[in-house]
Amino acid sequence: MHEQLREEHESLWWLAAAPIIWAAHLLLSYCTAAIFCQKLVERGGPLGAARLAIVVYSVVALGALLALGVRGYRRHRYGDTTGTRHLDTPEDRHRFLGFATVLLAGVAGVAVIYQALPALFIGSCR
Amino acid sequence: MTVDVERPPTPPGDPEPLPERPPESLIRAQAERLRKTWKTPEGLAYFTSVNNTQVGLWYTAMTLVFFLYAGVLALIMRLQLAQPGNRVVTPELYNQIFTVHGSVMMFLFAIPIFEAIAVLLLPQMLGARDLPFPRLSAFGFWCFVLGGVFLCGSLFFNAAPSGGWFMYPPLTSKYQPGIGADMWLLGFSFIEVAAIAAAVEMIVGVLKCRPPGMRVNLMPLYAWYVLVAAAMILFAFPPLIAGSLLLEVERAFSWPFFVPTRGGDPLLWQHLFWLFGHPEVYIIFLPSIALIAMIVPTFARTPIVGYGWVVLAAIGTGFLSFGLWVHHMYTTGLPGISLGIFSAASSAVAIPTGVQFFCFIATLLAGRVVRSTPILFIIGGLAVFVLGGLTGVMVAIASFDFQAHDSFFVVAHFHYVLIGGAVFPILAGLYYFYPLVDGKKLSDRLGKIAFWFVFVGFNVAFMPMHLSGLRGMPRRVFTYSEDLGVSGLNLTSTVGAFILAIGIGVVAVDVLRPKKQQPLAARNPWNAGTLEWVQEMPGEDWGIRSIPEIDSRYPLWDQPNFLRDIDEGRFYLPDAAEGRRETIVTSAIDARPLQCQRLPGNTSMTIVAALTTGGFFIFGTFHLWWPALLSLAAAIGVFWYWLWTGTAHLPEKDQKDVGLGLTLPLYASGSGSVGYWGVFITMLADLAAFASLVFGYFFFWTIHEDFPPVHEAGPGLLWPSLGAATVLGAWGCTFAARELNKRDNARGYYAALVLALLLTAAGGIALVEGPRSTGLDPTTHCYPATVWMLVLWNALHLAIGMIMHLYCFARRWFGRMTARYDIDICNVTLYWHFTALTVVITVLVIAGFPLAT
Repeated sequence: MHEQLREEHESLWWLAAAPIIWAAHLLLSYCTAAIFCQKLVERGGPLGAARLAIVVYSVVALGALLALGVRGYRRHRYGDTTGTRHLDTPEDRHRFLGFATVLLAGVAGVAVIYQALPALFIGSCR
Repeated sequence: MTVDVERPPTPPGDPEPLPERPPESLIRAQAERLRKTWKTPEGLAYFTSVNNTQVGLWYTAMTLVFFLYAGVLALIMRLQLAQPGNRVVTPELYNQIFTVHGSVMMFLFAIPIFEAIAVLLLPQMLGARDLPFPRLSAFGFWCFVLGGVFLCGSLFFNAAPSGGWFMYPPLTSKYQPGIGADMWLLGFSFIEVAAIAAAVEMIVGVLKCRPPGMRVNLMPLYAWYVLVAAAMILFAFPPLIAGSLLLEVERAFSWPFFVPTRGGDPLLWQHLFWLFGHPEVYIIFLPSIALIAMIVPTFARTPIVGYGWVVLAAIGTGFLSFGLWVHHMYTTGLPGISLGIFSAASSAVAIPTGVQFFCFIATLLAGRVVRSTPILFIIGGLAVFVLGGLTGVMVAIASFDFQAHDSFFVVAHFHYVLIGGAVFPILAGLYYFYPLVDGKKLSDRLGKIAFWFVFVGFNVAFMPMHLSGLRGMPRRVFTYSEDLGVSGLNLTSTVGAFILAIGIGVVAVDVLRPKKQQPLAARNPWNAGTLEWVQEMPGEDWGIRSIPEIDSRYPLWDQPNFLRDIDEGRFYLPDAAEGRRETIVTSAIDARPLQCQRLPGNTSMTIVAALTTGGFFIFGTFHLWWPALLSLAAAIGVFWYWLWTGTAHLPEKDQKDVGLGLTLPLYASGSGSVGYWGVFITMLADLAAFASLVFGYFFFWTIHEDFPPVHEAGPGLLWPSLGAATVLGAWGCTFAARELNKRDNARGYYAALVLALLLTAAGGIALVEGPRSTGLDPTTHCYPATVWMLVLWNALHLAIGMIMHLYCFARRWFGRMTARYDIDICNVTLYWHFTALTVVITVLVIAGFPLAT
């Protein structure tokens, strides 16, 4: 068996990686906005720097998700993927985990973009 | 997307079942030994059973009883609302009824039935004889019964909680001094502990107890969903436990966490509650959807379409559901940007939710659907849920929600979601899985009749509520005025509710009707492909005759001679040679066999443990502190005895032949043992509860101009730092004890443990001395209250840690633990990793943070 396919080299945490990036993005964006509006400016004051911060978080998160997605995609395309395959092989388990990583990175990416949009449209702490 | 059409036989490298049929006498002798080992006790002792077959059945039955109870309450509410100005019940009783209806449906039906079904079916789906901690499941069940009966009973004494199922203070603190709210807070905390216990069982079960060869990509989808839902419980329930703790302490001792005049804030409760409450909806929804994922392929006669996509949906929905909690708080005056972020997340969750539905529909289209009662309930449920999902996207938009908030529109929305997403699939599951429990099928005819009553009744009842809500009818108000123009709509809803009730009644009749005359169902009556249908009709107590090697997602369809090989004991563990209950522990990803796990047998200890633990909560409700503490002490004694006699047995030999030429160890410690996984998962939940308390601290910091308040002394720097240093020392000693034990240095081991014990005591005292020495009074302001709460949380954990030190000392002293067989000290060290982390964070927060501000 190819070294890369050994069970010890796989981890279910890879499946959680994309959603964790999403969660970090949500928490950071929310906390930044909440603390900024509560502590730094008057109610109704400009959102200014907090918007920029959210945009930066979003870019970083999307970059990480992209890297994760590429990694997953490589695994998904591992070996000969044409024709009938047997599911009960290390290769297919490897491809499956890769595929699931790609999908999760995708849905996390969409959610991050959604969460970034309010910062583009809302300019104040009202 | 991988849909395999042709399936080659067993892949190379996998063990084959025995080529020859074992001699008849051997087959019979093995079966006899297994039967004897797994025998269910008779008479009253029946209730001491811990086998998943019985516990799962009781659990399911009990949740359905609570479902009917809460359903009757719903009918009383509908009678009261049938006409404007009705007087069926008093306003006060109405408040109690809607509170109990919501709370029971959520906490005693919707969540527990997930645990119940999982306890019942998960071992069968995984071809395991039982889950790794059968006694824990039984304990969880008895806690659930006790807490549930206590809560439901309160209504008959006019003492039920009446603040709505989400218990917002100050309504539930200042304005409701009766014991109703205490009953809710303590009763449900008790049940939440049981839910976390179940979650531990599910996660370890799915990851470690799969049959050999069942790689993660071959797992039944139900197992994926259960894994996700159980993991969600670990992070969703602790915030509520923490919140309940704060609210109960406020009620009992006047610590002002939610009292604005003393620095508190009711919004903190709303955050903590909905941090739990929103994921909870998905904890209910996902396992029910999982039933659909099991049933649809059976009746479509084809594997699920888009297995990977469904896994994405399960994991994605599970995570995203944690990002929605603020959408219950749109009208609390948060800044627009916060609303926007959560509105966005609320819309995003519709994507993975939708994906699984498309997979189900695609599967139905790809196959040739066999008409049946379960599939009828599923299609009905999908339709109802989609409507609820669409109104969900509507209320996810903050501006729409401002209009619909707390109106009957919301009531209609969540009933569409929960009944479509959970009740319909569960009814489908009831019809589908019933033969596994009783060996007989439910009536197809009655099922169809029931379906139409339920489906029509449901829509007649709840569709009009959208309109009555939009016309301005608020929820939770005992009556309405004729002028509102909703009288006709309400009467229609009431009629619909009774039609729905007739449908549920028909299901109940079908389940309860005597079936003595009815012949047994055929084995695998629906021609399903998944492992649970291997079961004999009626099922044997052993769960599965021999544990198979799995090569496919649908082994009953794909693996030749599968049933025969299992029945004749041609796979693993076909025997119980030593008369011990056993199952196979496998690796988390590829399910390579790692260990032959001995499982504990029947016991009444679980019942005693539930009674004593329950006593603590129930006496606490009535503020009877001494009986409560005595009960707690008794509970600790019972747990000690339980662990001492029931866990980490020294095996009589190192290894055992489990068949097919495979020899497995009988004992594993450290990260190899299921107990270690159990402790790790439990401590994650514990950490989440602690994080919620820390969140409280920083929440107060954001809302106050000065926090910590300038006039407060705080806990100082000296005592907390000293406490942290001492506790870290204790942690180091515990760690050293583990290593010394490994080297069989008995003296060093005992010395390290004693030192650890002393340091822990000193550390606990130092931590408490911080706020005590500066005279922080927790009743004056939320700041001292929060500091004290964090300190006491740690003190409690240190006290438990000391009991663990004593326990490990005694284990080795009495020869129940050795250098080689060292589960106890390994697991205790793991507990200490978490406790040390908790203490360090606490000290950084209470002593370090004031320096930074």
